[in-house]
Amino acid sequence: MHRYIFRRLLLMLPVMIGVTFIVFTMMYFTPGDPARIMLGESAPEDAVQRLREDMGLNDPFLMQFGRYVTNVARGDFGRSYTQRRPVATMIIDRFPTTLKLATWGVIVSIVIGIPTGIISATKQYSLFDNVSMVLALVGVSMPNFWQGLMMIIIFALNLRWFPASGFTTWKHIVLPAITLGTSSAAQITRMTRSSMLEVIRQDYIRTARAKGQVESVVINQHALKNALIPVVTVIGLSFGGLLGGAVLTESIFSIPGVGSLMIQAIRQRDYPVVQGGVLFIALSFSLVNLLVDILYAFIDPRIKAQYK
Amino acid sequence: MSNVKLQKEEVQPSVPKAPKKKKSQWLEVWRRLVKNKAAMVGLAIMLILIFSAIFADFIAPYGYDEQVLTNRFKSPSSEHLFGTDNFGRDIFSRIVYGSRISLRVGIISVAIAALCGGSLGAVAGYYGGKLDNVIMRMMDILLAIPGIILAISIVAALGPELRNVMIAVGIGGIPGFARIVRASVLSIREQEFIEAAKAVGANDFRIISKHIIPNSMAPIIVQATMGVAGAILSTAGLSFIGLGIQPPIPEWGAMLSTGRDYIRDYWHMTTFPGVAIMITIFALNLLGDGLRDALDPRLKS
Repeated sequence: MHRYIFRRLLLMLPVMIGVTFIVFTMMYFTPGDPARIMLGESAPEDAVQRLREDMGLNDPFLMQFGRYVTNVARGDFGRSYTQRRPVATMIIDRFPTTLKLATWGVIVSIVIGIPTGIISATKQYSLFDNVSMVLALVGVSMPNFWQGLMMIIIFALNLRWFPASGFTTWKHIVLPAITLGTSSAAQITRMTRSSMLEVIRQDYIRTARAKGQVESVVINQHALKNALIPVVTVIGLSFGGLLGGAVLTESIFSIPGVGSLMIQAIRQRDYPVVQGGVLFIALSFSLVNLLVDILYAFIDPRIKAQYK
Repeated sequence: MSNVKLQKEEVQPSVPKAPKKKKSQWLEVWRRLVKNKAAMVGLAIMLILIFSAIFADFIAPYGYDEQVLTNRFKSPSSEHLFGTDNFGRDIFSRIVYGSRISLRVGIISVAIAALCGGSLGAVAGYYGGKLDNVIMRMMDILLAIPGIILAISIVAALGPELRNVMIAVGIGGIPGFARIVRASVLSIREQEFIEAAKAVGANDFRIISKHIIPNSMAPIIVQATMGVAGAILSTAGLSFIGLGIQPPIPEWGAMLSTGRDYIRDYWHMTTFPGVAIMITIFALNLLGDGLRDALDPRLKS
C-alpha cells in the first residue's frame, strides 16, 4: 500500500509540471507588460526596462519557465504585482476559507445525496423516488450562482434568517454551503440510486434475505458497502467541481477565499497570483483524487489485495 | 432537425403494423426515444428554444438594446412580461435574444471539444502504445484543472470576447471526449469488420473515419448533449464574474451579473435570466438521459 501511494505521488509530479507549463504559457502570452503594470502607466521607459531586466523578463521563454518551476518547487510562487507580497502567503492566508467552504459543500451533498439515493433505490418508482429524481435533475440544472442569488433574495433579504455576505459565524456558512453543495448532492443522489439498484439485484443480497436477515441490515450492511464504491468516485470528482464552483460562490457571498482573490487578480492583471491560484487548486484537486483512490482500498478489500 | 422530423413521420404509421425485419439502427433509436416521455419534453423545450433563437426578431416585442430611460426597473406587467432592467430594456426580449448566444456558444464549443478531443481519443485508442500514453497524459494534465478554473484562466489570457469564451469552454471539454472516444475505439478496434476493412486494404484514416467513428457515435452523442448543457452553464458563469460576454450583448449570465447589483430592490432582474438557464439545462439533461437509454438499451434494466 505504501508503495502504491508513493508511486501515485510520483506520477502526480509530471502532471503538476504539465499544469504549471500550461498556466505559465497562457500568462506569458497574455498582452500587457508586467513591469509596466507594476510601475504604472506614467513610469519612465528606462525604469520599466531596468525592472524587466531585474525580473528576468528579457530572458528566453524556456529559461523563464525553468526558473518558475524551480521556484515553485521550493514553494516560491513569485510576488504579486499589485500588493508586492509573496503569492504563496497570499494564497495560504485565504486557502483555509476556501477549503472550509468546499468541505461544508461536500458535507451538505453527502448528507443529502446518499440517504436520498438509498431510499429512492429501495422504494423504486414510488412517489418519493419520482419526486427526488426530478429534484435531482433540477439540482443538476440550476446554475449555482443563480441559486445563491435566489437564496439571498429569499433567506437573507426577505426572511432575514441568514446574512447575505461574509464568512465568520456558522450562520454565514449555511447559504454558501447549500449553494455549493446542491449540484453535487444531486449527482450523488443519482449515482447512489443507480448503484444501489444494481447491487440489490445481486445474488448475495438474495442470499442475505433468504437466510432471514432483517431488511435494514441487508440494506445498510450488505448492499450499501458494495454500492458505495462508485459513489466515492463521484464524491472525489465532484470535489474538483466544488473547488471551481467555490470561485463563483465566494464571489456571490463576498467570501475572502482563493477564488475571490483570483478574480480580483484577473481584473488587476496580477498574473503571478492567478498562476499561483490555479496551481494551488489543481494540486489540491489531484491530492483529493489520490485520497479517494486510497479510500477505495479501505472500502473494497479486493482492491487492497492487489497492492499487497 | 429536419431529418429528425422526417424520421418521425416515417416511424409513426409503421408502429401499429407488424415489426419489419430490416430497419435502420437510427430509426430504432428514434423509436425508443419517442417512447421516453421525459426525453420528449426535453426535445420539445429545445425545439422551442431553437425556434425562438432563429425567429427572435419576430418573437421579441422589443429590441435587445432598446433603451427607454423613463421606463427603468419596471416590475413584470402585461406590457413587459418579465419587467425592465436598469436601462429600461425589456427583459423578456433580452432573454429571447440571449438564447441565440447561449445556443451558439454551447454548440460551437462542444464542436471544438468533440473535434479535437474525438480525434485525439481516436488516434490514442487506435494506435495505442507510446502515442496513446502521451495523449492521455496530456488529457490528465487538462483534467487536473477544474473546468471553470481552466476556462477562467484561458479567458483571462485571451481577453473576454465571445470567440475566446467559446475556445476556453471548448478546451475544457476536450479530455471528456478524448476519453470516451478512446474507450469505444479500444472496444471496436479488435472486432472482425475492422480486420475485414484492413484486409481489403483500407488505410488507417479510412478505417477510423468510416468504420470506427460511426460505430462509436452513441457515447459521443450523449456526451455532446450533456456537453452543450455544461458549456452553457460555464459561459453563464464566466459572464457572471465579468469574464465572458460583454454588455450590451444579451447573455443570460451577464444579465444575472447586472441584476445582482440591484438585487435588494428588483428581484425580477435576477430571477428570469436564471430561470431561462435552468430550463435550458434541464431540457438538455432530460434529452441526454433519454438518448443514453435509447442508444444503449442494455443499460436499461
